[in-house]
Amino acid sequence: MSLQSKLESGQFAISCEFGPLKGTDTHEIKENIEVLKGKVDAANVTDQQSSVMRLSGLVTAALCVQGGLEPIFQVTCRDRNRIALQSDLLGAWVMGIKNVLALTGDLPALGDHPQAKGVFDLDSVTLLQAITSLNEGFDLSMNELKGKPDFFPGAVVKVESNTEASEELQIAKMRKKIAAGARFFQTQAVYDPVSFGKFMKRVEKFKTPVMVGIIPLKNAGFARFMNANVAGIRVPDDLIQQMAAAAKEDREKVGLQMAADLIKKMKPMCQGVHIMAIGWEKKVPEIMAMAGL
Amino acid sequence: MLYSEQKHFDEIIAYLEKDKNVFIMGCEGCAQSSGSGGPEQVAEMKQKLTEAGKNVTGTRNCDFLCSKALVKSELRGRVEQLKAADAVLVLTCGVGIQAVAASINKPVYPGCNTVNLGGSRGEWEGTERCFECGQCLLYHTGGICPLTACTKSLVSGACGGANKGKCEISKDRDCGWELIYNRLKERGLLSRLDDMMKPLDHKKIMPRPEMMSLARYGLENPGKVTDKPAPPPAPAPAATPKAGAAPAGAPKPAANPPKEVK
Ligand code: SF4
Ligand code: SF4
Repeated sequence: MSLQSKLESGQFAISCEFGPLKGTDTHEIKENIEVLKGKVDAANVTDQQSSVMRLSGLVTAALCVQGGLEPIFQVTCRDRNRIALQSDLLGAWVMGIKNVLALTGDLPALGDHPQAKGVFDLDSVTLLQAITSLNEGFDLSMNELKGKPDFFPGAVVKVESNTEASEELQIAKMRKKIAAGARFFQTQAVYDPVSFGKFMKRVEKFKTPVMVGIIPLKNAGFARFMNANVAGIRVPDDLIQQMAAAAKEDREKVGLQMAADLIKKMKPMCQGVHIMAIGWEKKVPEIMAMAGL
Repeated sequence: MLYSEQKHFDEIIAYLEKDKNVFIMGCEGCAQSSGSGGPEQVAEMKQKLTEAGKNVTGTRNCDFLCSKALVKSELRGRVEQLKAADAVLVLTCGVGIQAVAASINKPVYPGCNTVNLGGSRGEWEGTERCFECGQCLLYHTGGICPLTACTKSLVSGACGGANKGKCEISKDRDCGWELIYNRLKERGLLSRLDDMMKPLDHKKIMPRPEMMSLARYGLENPGKVTDKPAPPPAPAPAATPKAGAAPAGAPKPAANPPKEVK
């Protein structure tokens, strides 16, 4: 069953994500596809994540289609103007890619080519408008297309904000993304079911499926690093303590179990889970089994 | 010099939809020489708005509105007229409009678009900056320029990158969208956050060919050069109605005629 049918029929959907590597060696991608297909409903293919140059996400997503794993093609506005974005989207459809996740993208300064020009011709909302327009058979200049796609567009939202302005801006933007055509959301990683519950209360009325983001912790340092550097991630102290207390050889198990417990707790509040394993992609089926999915 | 031209009257009157009482400000610096915001244009605007059924509570032409330090002193003696206004319409460049918006606790609307001359950025040193985008969006953003205040020049709202109010690029730079949010909140204009913006028209942001290297063009084409760019293209409102009100799926063929964006 496709991600779209699952979410639209109200079933709990599972996605994970992996990034293409830097270079032309596709072994890792193919291994991930083998491990994940038939287990998750779809896999996000990241788009030059953190502004680090890698193999094209479009090509990687096409490899997923060929390998029998449904991809979610992530598209950011950092590197392409509206001409290239629309062209790649049409290309994606031709390659059998149905799901697109529209993102604004990080600044180039944060990545490994800080000298690059950030494009940001469109942003996440206007990119969704472009996808909607393509679905209707027109490009952004209202020229008619010969053959049109039927994408299932999604977007992201962050759950944890540390200022009132940031929280309200996120909710306002979520509303705008829906108006522009977003039909599902994936969230930034969440570690606190209580604040997730509060967030879901606020966005329930949008009636758009939300897949909660999960990043398994690897060790306490990793958690502290995310708290200090990643906007929208807040790992509570007790989880950091648990990680710190675990013996070195048990850490992996503790981290995976913690992720599974979070999924169990938040499953009743939302419509799906999005597991970002960051290097542990092959352990996603294990996390799912522990969470009883 | 910051060259500006008046927005189409339809766009201005749409901004003032809910505001009956208007105070108009003009600038006797660049805006006067641009023919967009000098005393003559302010008087014309007053007449047009009155004809359109608005009550103009007062007008004021200042020298150099871009100098925020002067804005308040120039308005001495006009406090009552300002108080009586629901909104302030400013006929000048993006810097001047932002300086007024930062100084007066009222909704402040842009009456002009600032046009890119390909180099000049004005003399004003302050937090207000204008990118000369030719499609001034300050109405939607509480008088803070999203193109210069936000590192990514985002027009649809904040990215998720802000941390404790600072932009993801650096702990020293305020997130421009959080500044916009706080300003809109302070002025009771938070519903503007739902204004759906069209993609920016980058053709307007590029300097017009005839404005590039004006001196050289003038030398090569004696008699041909004027310091005014071609007349403004037909108005294209920068935003469609509220997110909630719009049907899912934004650009509809009917609302966006073919080839409008070239
Ligand atoms: S939106 Fe910003 S860049 Fe554009 S004219 Fe207004 S102040 Fe200038
Ligand atoms: S953090 Fe704020 S200022 Fe920085 S790019 Fe994002 S929205 Fe713009």
